[in-house]
Amino acid sequence: MDTGISTSVPERTRRGINPKTKHKLKLFALMTPFMALLIAFNYVPLFGWVYAFFNYIPGAPLSQMEFAGLSYFKTIFAGGSELIPVLRNTLVLGFLIVITIPVPAIFAILLNEMRSKTLSKIVQTVSTLPYFLSYVLIFAVMFFLFSNDSGLVNTLLHRFRPDSPSVNPMASSTWAWGFQTLLHLIKTSGFNAIIYIAAIAGIDREQYDAAEVDGAGRFQRIWHVTVPGIVPTLFVLLVLSIANVLTASGFDQYYVFTNPLVADKIDVIDTYSYTIGITQNNYAFATAIGMSKSLVSILILFAANFLSKIVRGTSLF
Amino acid sequence: MIHKKLTLFDGVMNVVSVVLIIVFLFPFYYMLVYSLSDSQMISRHLSFVPIGFTFQNYVDILNSPEIVKAFIVSAMRAVIGTVITLICCTSVAYFVTKKELPMRKTMYRLIVMTMYLSAGIIPWYITMMKYGLKNNFLLYILPSAVSAYFIILIKTYIESIPSSLEESASVDGAGILVILVRIIFPLCLPIIAAVTVFSAVNQWNSWWDNMMLVFKPNLKTLQYALYQYLQMASPRITSIQHAGELLNRVPPNANTIKITISMVTIIPIFVVYPFMQKYFINGIMLGAVKG
Repeated sequence: MDTGISTSVPERTRRGINPKTKHKLKLFALMTPFMALLIAFNYVPLFGWVYAFFNYIPGAPLSQMEFAGLSYFKTIFAGGSELIPVLRNTLVLGFLIVITIPVPAIFAILLNEMRSKTLSKIVQTVSTLPYFLSYVLIFAVMFFLFSNDSGLVNTLLHRFRPDSPSVNPMASSTWAWGFQTLLHLIKTSGFNAIIYIAAIAGIDREQYDAAEVDGAGRFQRIWHVTVPGIVPTLFVLLVLSIANVLTASGFDQYYVFTNPLVADKIDVIDTYSYTIGITQNNYAFATAIGMSKSLVSILILFAANFLSKIVRGTSLF
Repeated sequence: MIHKKLTLFDGVMNVVSVVLIIVFLFPFYYMLVYSLSDSQMISRHLSFVPIGFTFQNYVDILNSPEIVKAFIVSAMRAVIGTVITLICCTSVAYFVTKKELPMRKTMYRLIVMTMYLSAGIIPWYITMMKYGLKNNFLLYILPSAVSAYFIILIKTYIESIPSSLEESASVDGAGILVILVRIIFPLCLPIIAAVTVFSAVNQWNSWWDNMMLVFKPNLKTLQYALYQYLQMASPRITSIQHAGELLNRVPPNANTIKITISMVTIIPIFVVYPFMQKYFINGIMLGAVKG
């Protein structure tokens, strides 16, 4: 029995295994099933990249598929006629997300400046809500606001100006990019503002007092104390959004909001490779697209990280 | 205090705030009004309070076995998925803080790298088929069980706990699993609460795994069911309307059906949102500290 004194582990050891080794082995054994899950769902699918080099036949073993070499990649990088608008849409939507990175930061500063803390808290609560709704639900809400026959906005509009044409940004090719970016902002700004509010809370109060003593007005305090305090956070989010430029807002949003009127503006790499792969069954080409996207994204991530190191001396990793 | 007197700026800010709150909340309010009104009356008269107040629309929706089943599937995936994710992520986060773990650095790198790596839709699709996860409830649970972001959040939190607490327990002869369950888990409750919120909401909101790989009607999620109903001229809508006609009633119109299903999907989030707010703000702040 255990005497209760000291590090009594050695007595329990059998067959001469060092207790330290045993402890290590136990930890490793406990970790194994979780690592197996992680590898199975994140790394094993990478082997699927091999399908980009073969003419895929569903159900057949790889050995029976015809080797296609780099032909699918050649199609991509030669800029197939279908791919050019897809790439343009992806880059435009991704770029719009990158340049709107300051929006949640400005929002956070304004929330922080509000005199009424109760009102500020309510705005924060309400603006964070869309982050927790799926794009299907966001679509549902937009549908009830803008649909031509029964949407709230158009019903109101026609009540006051019966002859005016219906307003429906979901069906407008001209506004498609702007509208999708706006939706992305509505969904994420409140949530991202919390990150900046945390950064602002971390700024030393004495800096504000010192600025006031030096005669700085309210806006000067914001510009010279608050803004420098949140720039590091802004930079991290900027680097991440640049790295994500080829994903833009993600498959969900563009897939849900697509319709024949806007499809040529919001078909991005992810939705396009879904159509090619799942709808048209061209697995090899879709895999080649996905693989090129992943590899280019990693290159962009390293480049953005490297630039951040040069410009600000800080980096993500 | 720095601020002394109310300025024009403050006034403008307060007005903008109130407008913002109304713009964000009014659509949901209007949808609620619409779903609680008589379908024929509200479609002809614009009204901001329920007209012909009725729960009949909800009764019609909940009489559709498809929606009830989908609700149960979504709730199950949220509960089971979150419990499994919590068990996996807390365990992994604790184990990787242990200096004695062999290949610790390599393992942690493998975990973090998953945040930047993606195989793409088709390789993922083919792999899931090979695992036999097509038409399988486990497809909703297993892929997100070990998640890098949650592990990083929990690991950061564990590292902030004084190690003396853990050492005293291990001197008392407690094994690593006992320490994990009895000491680490209770101490981590604040961050675990945040992870619970994120995971449960993710699960409730997911639909594209359903769209890609699950075709059994019994395993359809509420989000995907809603997506299908929202598509124009969906045959599903006529089936609910038809059920109404059989009872010699004027059936609800398509918009009322779409709005009511949306409300059924939103209400659970609205109900838990006020309670969970504190926890996810905690989680984001902790994540922000880490950068």
